Amino acid sequence: MISLKNLSVAFGNKPVLNNISLSVEKGETLVVIGPSGSGKSTLLRLIVGLTKPDSGEVWVGDQEISGAEEDRLNVVRRNMGMVFQYSALFDSMSVGENVAFGLRQHTRMKEEDIARVVRRKLRSVGLSGQENKMPNELSGGMKKRVSLARAIALNPGIVLYDEPTAGLDPMMSATISRLICSTQRVLGVTSVVVTHDMESAFWVADRIAMIYEGEIVECGKVDEIKASSNPLVQRFINGMAHSGAAAKRRPKI
Amino acid sequence: MVIHMLERIGRSVIVMLENGGRVIKLFLDTVGHLRRKPNGHHVLQQMVHLGVNSLPIVMLTMLFTGMVLTIQTAHEFIRYGAQSSVGGIVFIAMGRELAPVLTGVVVAGRVGAAITAEIGSMKVTEQIDALKVMATDPVAYLVVPRLLSCMFMLPVLGIFAIVIGTVGGYLVASTYSGISSFSYFHSIKTYAVVMDVLGGLIKTIFFGAIVAIIGCHKGLTTAQGAEGVGRATTGSVVASMILIFISNYFLSVLLYR
Ligand SMILES: Nc1ncnc2c1ncn2[C@@H]1O[C@H](COP(=O)(O)OP(=O)(O)OP(=O)(O)O)[C@@H](O)[C@H]1O
Ligand SMILES: [Mg+2]
Repeated sequence: MISLKNLSVAFGNKPVLNNISLSVEKGETLVVIGPSGSGKSTLLRLIVGLTKPDSGEVWVGDQEISGAEEDRLNVVRRNMGMVFQYSALFDSMSVGENVAFGLRQHTRMKEEDIARVVRRKLRSVGLSGQENKMPNELSGGMKKRVSLARAIALNPGIVLYDEPTAGLDPMMSATISRLICSTQRVLGVTSVVVTHDMESAFWVADRIAMIYEGEIVECGKVDEIKASSNPLVQRFINGMAHSGAAAKRRPKI
Repeated sequence: MVIHMLERIGRSVIVMLENGGRVIKLFLDTVGHLRRKPNGHHVLQQMVHLGVNSLPIVMLTMLFTGMVLTIQTAHEFIRYGAQSSVGGIVFIAMGRELAPVLTGVVVAGRVGAAITAEIGSMKVTEQIDALKVMATDPVAYLVVPRLLSCMFMLPVLGIFAIVIGTVGGYLVASTYSGISSFSYFHSIKTYAVVMDVLGGLIKTIFFGAIVAIIGCHKGLTTAQGAEGVGRATTGSVVASMILIFISNYFLSVLLYR
């Protein structure tokens, strides 16, 4: 479904991803882990065509998108949803309007049907009845969940999650992990989840890939990762497990 | 030393040309999107937001400009016995130059800055990226309504500006300089032609386009961080004002010769 071939990206003269190849099967959930600044968000941005690789190919379905012009890219994006690391909610719109955005742009649904979908999606992320709040009235974790509701509003075939559980309490984090699993199961969604939250990673993953200094150092089933002999991987998953939840970081302004 | 200086000048000329090219490309992209019917609701919203809300400050500016212009001209003209042409002079100056340019400048300061700040903060908080991921072209969604509403609202503001400026002139002429209201308005009728107003309004359409496109361009190219938004906003106002003054000269040459 998603296939990255020999991708390299550099910002200025700073290489971020080095000759990365990775593929995600239809209906599979791939979790990407790795230290801060290792290029995980960049990897997701490549898959949706927000960042262009310096070399290599990005295949989504049967389309190569790294060289695609906007029109063709938009056809591919109709089938994708993305949860941004810092939510990226439209702050001039209410929560309800944010979730309804894609429905209003791309479908001819009636307003009452849209309202029903919005209500259902908000309920699934534990935010029932918050339609009329504005994003600046929400906590970071609530924004994150609205962003998630917005990403799945159109029932896309592919969902990319950039740290969906960062900044959430353990219970909410479990709810989100369950939601990721059930979206995958019910809708057959293909997903890529970037996370620091190892508990959530082991829960939702079919496979886990670890990025380190721009390379994929390990990629395999959950058990294989747990049993990996690579010291980098062991240090990463255990370090995280001992210190509890994922490190909470300040959002970019 | 000299070579170093030449290098620097050369580099800034290249940067300027590059930016100019990008602005023109954004304009053409935006016009290209007009083939599809724009979202009427958004255009209207922007018209209110950008146009109607600018009316008070445009009127205030023009009222005092009309007043000061009259106080200066009336004094001199009366000395030469030409008080019967004060109204015409004020009106023509208003219609051709002052109303369009000052409206443009006020709008650049208020609306241009607002457009850049809004789009710029959307850029740095990845909202523009979110639009793209949701298969929505930011140019169609953000730039088209702003361009349309600026190009439509500036002439409307321009009409108000001419009227208020002339009225300001009249107030000073009649109360302070002792010119009768008949003489003031008669002189407008005698000297002014339709083109004095029409040309000014045509100018404002261009100024509206400049403010909107520069505002959007600066917003969409905002650098990361909160200070990026500040810098883009200042840059947007300065660039649109300069472009308004320069293009005003050439428009005057085209329209009034
Ligand atoms: N637009 C950009 N311009 C320049 N450098 C960038 C840009 N985007 C990312 N980088 C750099 O690329 C590297 C990888 O960034 P990325 O956001 O992908 O990291 P990440 O793995 O998501 O980190 P985190 O876990 O902190 O979110 C970082 O060193 C960052 O400084
Ligand atoms: Mg990241």
